[in-house]
Amino acid sequence: MDAEGTATLTTVHPWAWWGWAIGLGIAVSGTTNPLLLALIATAMVVVVMLRRSDAPWARSVRAYLLLALFVIVMRVFFRIVFGGGTGDTVLFTLPSIPLPDWAAGIQLGGAVTAEALASTLYEAFRLAVMLLCVGAANALANPRQALRSVPAALYEASTAVVIALSLTPQLIESIARVRRARRLRGDSTTSLRALGTIALPVLADAIDRSLALAAGMESRGFARTRGLPVKGTLPVMLVSASLATMGVFLLLSTSYWQLASVLLIVGVLGCGLGLRAAGGRLRVTRYRPQPWRGTDTLVALSGALAAALVLGLGWLDPDSLGPAALALLDPQALFPSTDPLVWPTVTAPMLLVVALALAPLPLTRRRRVATVESTRNDTRVRLLRPGAVPAPRAEPTWR
Amino acid sequence: MAVIEFDRVDLTYAGADRATLHEATFALPEGDLCLVIGPTGSGKSTLLGAINGLVPHFTGGTLRGRVLVEGRDTARHRPRDLADVVGYVGQDPLRGFVTDTVEDEIAYGMEQLGITPVAMRKRVEETLDLMGIADLRRRALIELSGGQQQRVAIAAVLAAHPRILVLDEPTSALDPTAAQDVLAAIGTLVHDVGLTVVLAEHRLERVMQAADSMLWLPGDGRVVHGSPAEVLAQATIRPPLAELAGVLGWGRVPLSVREARRRAQDEGLVPSVPPRAAVPTEPVVLSARGVAVHYGDLVAVHDLDLALAAGTVTALMGRNGAGKSSLLWALQGALTCSGAIDVRGNDPRRLGAAEARRLVTLVPQTAADLLYLPSVGAECAQADAESDAEPGTTAALLRTLGVDVPDDRDPRDLSEGQRLALVLAVQLAARPPVLLLDEPTRGLDYRAKGELRGIVQQLAAQGVAVLISTHDVEFAAATSTRTLLMADGQVIADGPTAEVLTSSPAFAPQVAKVFAPAPVLTADDVARTITRQGPA
Repeated sequence: MDAEGTATLTTVHPWAWWGWAIGLGIAVSGTTNPLLLALIATAMVVVVMLRRSDAPWARSVRAYLLLALFVIVMRVFFRIVFGGGTGDTVLFTLPSIPLPDWAAGIQLGGAVTAEALASTLYEAFRLAVMLLCVGAANALANPRQALRSVPAALYEASTAVVIALSLTPQLIESIARVRRARRLRGDSTTSLRALGTIALPVLADAIDRSLALAAGMESRGFARTRGLPVKGTLPVMLVSASLATMGVFLLLSTSYWQLASVLLIVGVLGCGLGLRAAGGRLRVTRYRPQPWRGTDTLVALSGALAAALVLGLGWLDPDSLGPAALALLDPQALFPSTDPLVWPTVTAPMLLVVALALAPLPLTRRRRVATVESTRNDTRVRLLRPGAVPAPRAEPTWR
Repeated sequence: MAVIEFDRVDLTYAGADRATLHEATFALPEGDLCLVIGPTGSGKSTLLGAINGLVPHFTGGTLRGRVLVEGRDTARHRPRDLADVVGYVGQDPLRGFVTDTVEDEIAYGMEQLGITPVAMRKRVEETLDLMGIADLRRRALIELSGGQQQRVAIAAVLAAHPRILVLDEPTSALDPTAAQDVLAAIGTLVHDVGLTVVLAEHRLERVMQAADSMLWLPGDGRVVHGSPAEVLAQATIRPPLAELAGVLGWGRVPLSVREARRRAQDEGLVPSVPPRAAVPTEPVVLSARGVAVHYGDLVAVHDLDLALAAGTVTALMGRNGAGKSSLLWALQGALTCSGAIDVRGNDPRRLGAAEARRLVTLVPQTAADLLYLPSVGAECAQADAESDAEPGTTAALLRTLGVDVPDDRDPRDLSEGQRLALVLAVQLAARPPVLLLDEPTRGLDYRAKGELRGIVQQLAAQGVAVLISTHDVEFAAATSTRTLLMADGQVIADGPTAEVLTSSPAFAPQVAKVFAPAPVLTADDVARTITRQGPA
């Protein structure tokens, strides 16, 4: 299933994909323009389709598309049922159901206006595209490789997650086995008591497993190469985290953005240094570590730039711009008005954002990793032997 | 030079009334393959754990005396500090796996030791080749067969380049061929790599010819160390060749089939073909026609016909994955299958769970899955209620099975054999005419296996048809009258045990190999029929 081996030299670092996707997510959060959202979503789906691997997690993008669709449908449905909203363009009117006094403020049915519907649709679309960003990262990044590439200070946490991931199928198997065994004792009740008859053997089994696993980890040297923590790491981390939190708070809820930025930068830097110092005491090594190369920086940067572009655009004050700049940048196009309802427009900076979303395409190459069940049965290996007959159908490229 | 030294080691677990190990003193030289033998509960796992410090650092307990491993005292070194010297593989390899693919698992130990990525990469490749698992490198561990998992587990500790390998019953869950694979790999490690291997094993017959020395734990805390022949001559553990030596009055126990065969030929021992009663085929209690089990695309049981007669014991053998368990579950009616199953005019699949178990009862491979109450007494009472039996039936059955434990004992604290007996009693309370046993000998020592054999034969005498799926050839040879061999979901051989087992070398018991082509299966057979014809 997993193909880290050959993947190391050819694939994009999983955190680079996450950086790209998170950047796009932030960009998406800064606009409700449905045209821009649709363009970004399309760009992302195109990148996923052209750059994903054959691994099981790469198929998750379909599930995320369905989820995004579900979010849109639900939001629109509730808007129609609960009515309300502004606007004069009545599309249709649902019979209004009178509610008792204690439910004042809630309205069921009534007139549905185009303005209200459009504003809901925009909001829902934004949320759906943000979901799609997570889906894209999930489909492109190898989750296990991502876990293996966390900072050393988070090593224990990532180990715990890896173990949980690999134990889940075993737990499911254990539950299925015990459930099946219940029939052998002639027990076919489906009451709450039945839950106990399954839970006890499964839990006992899980505890046995954990002990065996702990013994295995201990005897293979887990926690062997821990040095003493570097003095002062803890206060540095606490202070930095507080500074960063304050910075975010000031940035979001006040207008002291200069102070906020300084606090945020100092806090984040401090956290980084603290993590580094905390990780320094850990001397475990990584098998086939995934290197972070220039391409990875560029991929992550494309997302970050897209975010910066949209946020920067939204932050501009239209009144301070000259007419030429206003026509070119048009910050208001990011949030097209729904009352009065106007047709959203696409501006030049928006096209740049879409181009950044597509940037991974020229930056990376598609690498399908050969998964070989057995060298003996592998047609590609057979092809390499002298006198072999070429396979009739095209094989995926393999390097 | 001794790599492992025990000096007057006493080990007592908290709350235990006596020491598990008492005054254990021995030294193992470098490059030895040492076999640890003893009945269940005699402290084999404790002894193995003491070598890498898991006992007492991980398990608790008090250790007196001194254990030196490559000169390091386990009192001052935790198991993790010995990870570069001792590789430890537990009983169930799947439970000890930390990651989920073969390659990652092999690298895991080295990551913990801080070996550089370049050296690590090289060692992973070397280890994959050494254990012959290079084609499995990217497979998920959970998908592998038992033998493959065991080899991966050994590879995973080997990659850290330990000098000592400690293995706790590495072949207990494997079919004879897979077990041979694993043992051959261990042999390579001893002879070509020069590792010191300490190995606990119930089925001695598989490994004793390769052992350089043996540690015998009689069960009273003593540890007896000596050469295999010396130890086997006094040990109460009786592998088939030791029993044969006893029957024939040989002072020295032959360690391999070759040795025994030569001696038997030198002495001109020829067993006459023992007269065997024909396997009864009537009255049929269970008949199955065209049984097929599918899991998606995979065909586990393929169009299989089977009839079991009352009062017979049938052994079901075959590789792991041949469809034995699926067949047993299908016959019980607990697994969806096609075809016709008839037990005394009823189809267990169409009956409710409670009625079905009165016709066919199954003791599954993981018997403990059936137990969910906090005490033995509660389990027995619950079984009586489930089976509409007189109160006390199950408890009485349990006593006739030779287990007498207090009612308030937690079933999980019982020994492997006692727990199996409890599950057997629970299942037999329904008085079924057909009993199916899936791998009942797993984890049982020779004595417990002997008791199980007695129970099964007693049930057969009462008219119960018993079908036992097992990997244990010696147990099948001694217990059953008819043997079915399965491969790829089909029965490929069906006949009297003596014929089926002696016709294939992989499934032949050791005594049969000694006297081939004469169809004798056990030392008892030999005792009854042997004649001396003078040197050949």
